[in-house]
Amino acid sequence: MSAGIDLENVCCDFGTFRAVDNANVSIRPGEFFSFLGPSGCGKTTILRMVSGFIEPTQGVIRIGGEDVRGKRPNQRPTALIFQNLALFPLMPIWENISFGLEVRGVDKATRRKKAEDLLQLVDLPGAADKMVSQLSGGQKQRVAIARALAVEPQVMLLDEPLSALDLKLRQHMRAELRAIQQRTGVTFIYITHDQGEALAMSDRVGVMSQGSIQQIADPREIYNNPVNGFVASFVGENNVFQGEVQHAAAGMASFTTPHGQFRARLGDLSGKIGKLYVRPEHTIITATPAAENSVPVTVSDISFEGSFIAVHATSDTGAHLTSELRNDGSATVPEKGVRVHMSFDPARAAILPDANVRG
Amino acid sequence: MIPSLPPEAWQALTLSLKVSLWATLASLPLGLLTAHALARWRFPGHGLLNGLVHLPLILPPVVTGYLLLLAFGRQGWIGAPLWDWFGVTFAFRWTGAALAAAVMSFPLMVRAIRLAIEAVDPRLEQAAATLGAPAPVVWLTVTLPLILPGIIAGAILAFAKAMGEFGATITFVANIPGQTQTLPTAIYSFLQIPDGESAAWGLALVSVAVAFLALALSEGLSRRVAARIAGR
Repeated sequence: MSAGIDLENVCCDFGTFRAVDNANVSIRPGEFFSFLGPSGCGKTTILRMVSGFIEPTQGVIRIGGEDVRGKRPNQRPTALIFQNLALFPLMPIWENISFGLEVRGVDKATRRKKAEDLLQLVDLPGAADKMVSQLSGGQKQRVAIARALAVEPQVMLLDEPLSALDLKLRQHMRAELRAIQQRTGVTFIYITHDQGEALAMSDRVGVMSQGSIQQIADPREIYNNPVNGFVASFVGENNVFQGEVQHAAAGMASFTTPHGQFRARLGDLSGKIGKLYVRPEHTIITATPAAENSVPVTVSDISFEGSFIAVHATSDTGAHLTSELRNDGSATVPEKGVRVHMSFDPARAAILPDANVRG
Repeated sequence: MIPSLPPEAWQALTLSLKVSLWATLASLPLGLLTAHALARWRFPGHGLLNGLVHLPLILPPVVTGYLLLLAFGRQGWIGAPLWDWFGVTFAFRWTGAALAAAVMSFPLMVRAIRLAIEAVDPRLEQAAATLGAPAPVVWLTVTLPLILPGIIAGAILAFAKAMGEFGATITFVANIPGQTQTLPTAIYSFLQIPDGESAAWGLALVSVAVAFLALALSEGLSRRVAARIAGR
């Protein structure tokens, strides 16, 4: 069983500070949905409102179509996994996992059986009688997930649960979390400031800044077609050119910048002043100028990143630009100090407004 | 080794044990509630309550005893209605000694328990809530086991303080042998009379023994709690 969650015009104020501003989102049953944003953007506040620790100042939250305003955390069909996991230190693993069942009056034998089944599900068999302090970070992670799953929640809420793990384990747990979500079919709402996590695991991502949801879309759309400069620069790297729109037609525009005339896709820009964003991996380096969207640059540094090679360059106006070349032998890597031309496909670049913030 | 003690001395010892035990046990529920309120709740008058709880620690004990006498004496603003309506009085009774000991040891008890509560990560309690536990169940299953060592420490500390209470007790309920004469006031009395020194010395030794016993008990209890926490 899983439920959808609807936020309708939800606001949350702390005194005079508006932590969440007019959030509207409809999360589908069984969806893996991430809220992505820097710290203080309001994503954790949304999670705490859904779980019932904070009431919205305005607006309605529905879980499975039912208005949950005024319901306490223990009365909601949600389970929350905290950043620090919050496992009960005095209980052995199996009692941790079956805590929610004990509260519901389930007998001991059934609880034990359920705990062992769940340990199997999270790939941690044989840990039932261990204490929390005997487990590694990744194992604690699995116990926290099993404990939340034990109460068969319709919605799982996860507050940056992987942030305490080292890089390798984090990447492994990403896949694991996604697999557990698919197996159980429970709706997952995942909070993170790590764009890699959000893109890799989610069905859809909501990018937030300063309390406002900037864009809700699937990961590919978020990365390839960000709606504004905030989303473009928070998710992935960019080369940014400031300028003015000249002619616009059929979604494309010509754009005047101190680096020359460019052509790119035109986003939802109000007025003529905006910024052009193009990802480093969407640029190419050539010895001679390209037909359009070409900037002469001097290579200032080359950094080898393994799967790609980053070429850092400086334009004649002093702007720092980056190009990423795939390390598959197809591109010739320029020497440091050499003068080259950086260019990009108009379809891969976009002219965008800064961000959606309340005026 | 212990010099033979006169019957008044044994009386004083048993009375002191009774007074301290009652003072500790009776103030424990209120101590828990106060510690919880100070640690977890934000309310107007938070600072005032904190000050009030700590007052007996700062005031001269004689002043505390005098205030108790004013409030709980036969003519006091609490004592008078208690006597008129229920025929209950604390003045010059062992219950009064227990009340004085409880008031004097209350700040120590509250401090120890409050520290234990503040050390509990509120997210543990919130996690229990999202798993479906109502607030009283969360407190009993998650909070209480974690703060148990703190409660034991607070209770033992309060007991030890109650055993040694002198100023407030003698001011509030005087020093009547068999009625309100506790260990410290008995030692004081023996020192006032000729040939009383050996009895005073004996009681002093008994005090040391009781203090050590309390300490050993507290150590043993907290070790058992710690073992239960770690092992099981």
